[in-house]
Amino acid sequence: MEAFEILLQTSFWVAAIRIASPLIFATMGELICERAGVLNLGIEGIMVAGAFAGWVTVYGGGDLWTGVVVAALVGAAFGLLHATLTVPLGLSQHVVGIGITLFATSLTYFTYRLVLPQVSSPPKIEPFTPLPIPSLSEIPLVGQALFAQTPLTYLAYAVVAVTAWVLYRTPLGLAVRAAGENPSAVEAQGISVAAIRIGAVMVGSALMAIGGAFLTMSAFNSFFFEMVNGRGWIAIALVVFGSWRPGKALLGAVLFAAFDAFQIRLQQISGGIVPYQVFLMMPYILSIAALILVARRATYPKALMVPYQKGER
Amino acid sequence: MRLEPKPAPSFAATLLYPLGAVAATLVFTSVLALLAGASPLDVFLLVAKGAAGSQFALMETLTRATPLIFTGLAIAVAFRAKLWNIGAEAQLYMGGVATVVLGTGALPLPAPLLIPILMAASMLAGALLLLGPAFLKTRFGVDEVVTTLLLNFIVLLFVSMLLEGPLKDPMGMGWPQSIKVLPEARLPRIITGRRLHYGFVLAIVASVILWVVMKRTTLGYEMRAVGHNPEASRFAGIPVNSVLMKTALLSGGLAALGGFSEVTGLKGNLTSDLSANFGYTGIVVAMLAMLNPLGVVASAIFVAGIFVGADSMSRAAGVPSYIADVMVAVALLTMVTAIMLTRFRIRWR
Repeated sequence: MEAFEILLQTSFWVAAIRIASPLIFATMGELICERAGVLNLGIEGIMVAGAFAGWVTVYGGGDLWTGVVVAALVGAAFGLLHATLTVPLGLSQHVVGIGITLFATSLTYFTYRLVLPQVSSPPKIEPFTPLPIPSLSEIPLVGQALFAQTPLTYLAYAVVAVTAWVLYRTPLGLAVRAAGENPSAVEAQGISVAAIRIGAVMVGSALMAIGGAFLTMSAFNSFFFEMVNGRGWIAIALVVFGSWRPGKALLGAVLFAAFDAFQIRLQQISGGIVPYQVFLMMPYILSIAALILVARRATYPKALMVPYQKGER
Repeated sequence: MRLEPKPAPSFAATLLYPLGAVAATLVFTSVLALLAGASPLDVFLLVAKGAAGSQFALMETLTRATPLIFTGLAIAVAFRAKLWNIGAEAQLYMGGVATVVLGTGALPLPAPLLIPILMAASMLAGALLLLGPAFLKTRFGVDEVVTTLLLNFIVLLFVSMLLEGPLKDPMGMGWPQSIKVLPEARLPRIITGRRLHYGFVLAIVASVILWVVMKRTTLGYEMRAVGHNPEASRFAGIPVNSVLMKTALLSGGLAALGGFSEVTGLKGNLTSDLSANFGYTGIVVAMLAMLNPLGVVASAIFVAGIFVGADSMSRAAGVPSYIADVMVAVALLTMVTAIMLTRFRIRWR
């Protein structure tokens, strides 16, 4: 009964949307890459790099939005590296992706230690604060949850809307989707598949990095090791769960985050009978369950992970 | 631009491109050393000295290489069949769990019986863990990359739960650690006074056996065929799914042996920091070895040397030891590029 009451708490839904926000950025970023035909396993490391880049910009005296832009640029740079190796050079997207994650993570940790050689507790910044939208935030239950968040969460909503609009309503979006389904048709239109894919991976990686920056600049106020904690891999599962559609992926991210917020509260009322690790495992188990659930009807972009060579059929 | 396969890679190319990759890695690392205010040459000399400058250093490097050989072999065999096992970390921990569950007193047996039983049990635990994702892949088409990655987090939490619960050492002053395995379960040291243990010998034996399996048996042939082209393999009558399952059993078992060897050879008990990312580093080890089991031994020693050398360099030169992680990651990216360039020619038009 207590468990049911959780669902009626405003604070629960506020937490759910807050937890969903970095996942929304990351999921949209991965979705854009995969829609263009490139699996980006660099996501986990790019989120780490973005989390640090945004934070360190503000720590060094920059303002918050400069931090977001720097994070996005760092993400795009790693995206460019990923795309250079996987698109024109056609290297294994699995190996390169894992390599980018290792590279981005280790370079971030190295830089962190350069900037802050000896600190016992990580220094804090002044993060984004909630910005309630007048009247909309006064709607019962959902108003606070949806419209009393930080500006970065609103940016996440905008990213979903823009991604959906570009993918389905513009010639560019058509070219991106075709690059992931039938690249030779794109080439036949005189559009370069390589350019589309490289661009998509850079934009997607920038979004992943902003997702990471959300953690240090909105959810928390400092950078610490292992703070991304598998969120990138969960985003990959959410893309599959959302059938590569922005709207469905958004729904998946919010459902997932609601479950995560729910287990945190359940953990508090369970009174320590169940080991806390069981609750912490749930998001990962849920991701695997979601993958199994949709596996039968999952329709992968047909050219996902297939390198494209001009003039080849 | 387009890529054209070279009919036969020239000897110069097979030598020059990988050397170029090494050079690129060194240049990038030099920049990082300069940023940290140290002379690159000093850094490299200190790393080399820390890795192989004395008998002690060399023994430490081989000790660190031991788990990397096991995870490297696990990745090499899986990637050969294009089974993307990114979960060697979790499989290694499951090997450690099986070792302490049975090795701390449940089986009061003499060493010649106990050690093989523990080996078999840990291999089984790791193999079963990878069987799940392999089954989901072959039966439902669920991508194993994501499932094996997510299992790493689940298993680490599971280990932490065991170490604070049923496997907790009551005399551990509250630390989350298991009790030590029986003396009969311990792998002896190779040289008294040094940490290098017979797990290293076991790792070498495993790599030779795996090399024979890959090169000289039907299973090895089938794995390579499935990795090369699953559709053609199925058409040729190779039972693709069954080959993938066998690959999973072998790969998971090998990674788990790494856990067995770390517990019985080095640590004596299970802690939640048994592995220093050995599962992920194993991917680099396997790729640098071009998935060759014998090459894995060499590349594991090389990678271990960088980590061990960087630790002592960091103390002496004040450069963050994470430079080793960066160096290894850059080596992976440059080496896969170099290997591709030896096989293909880039045509700009």
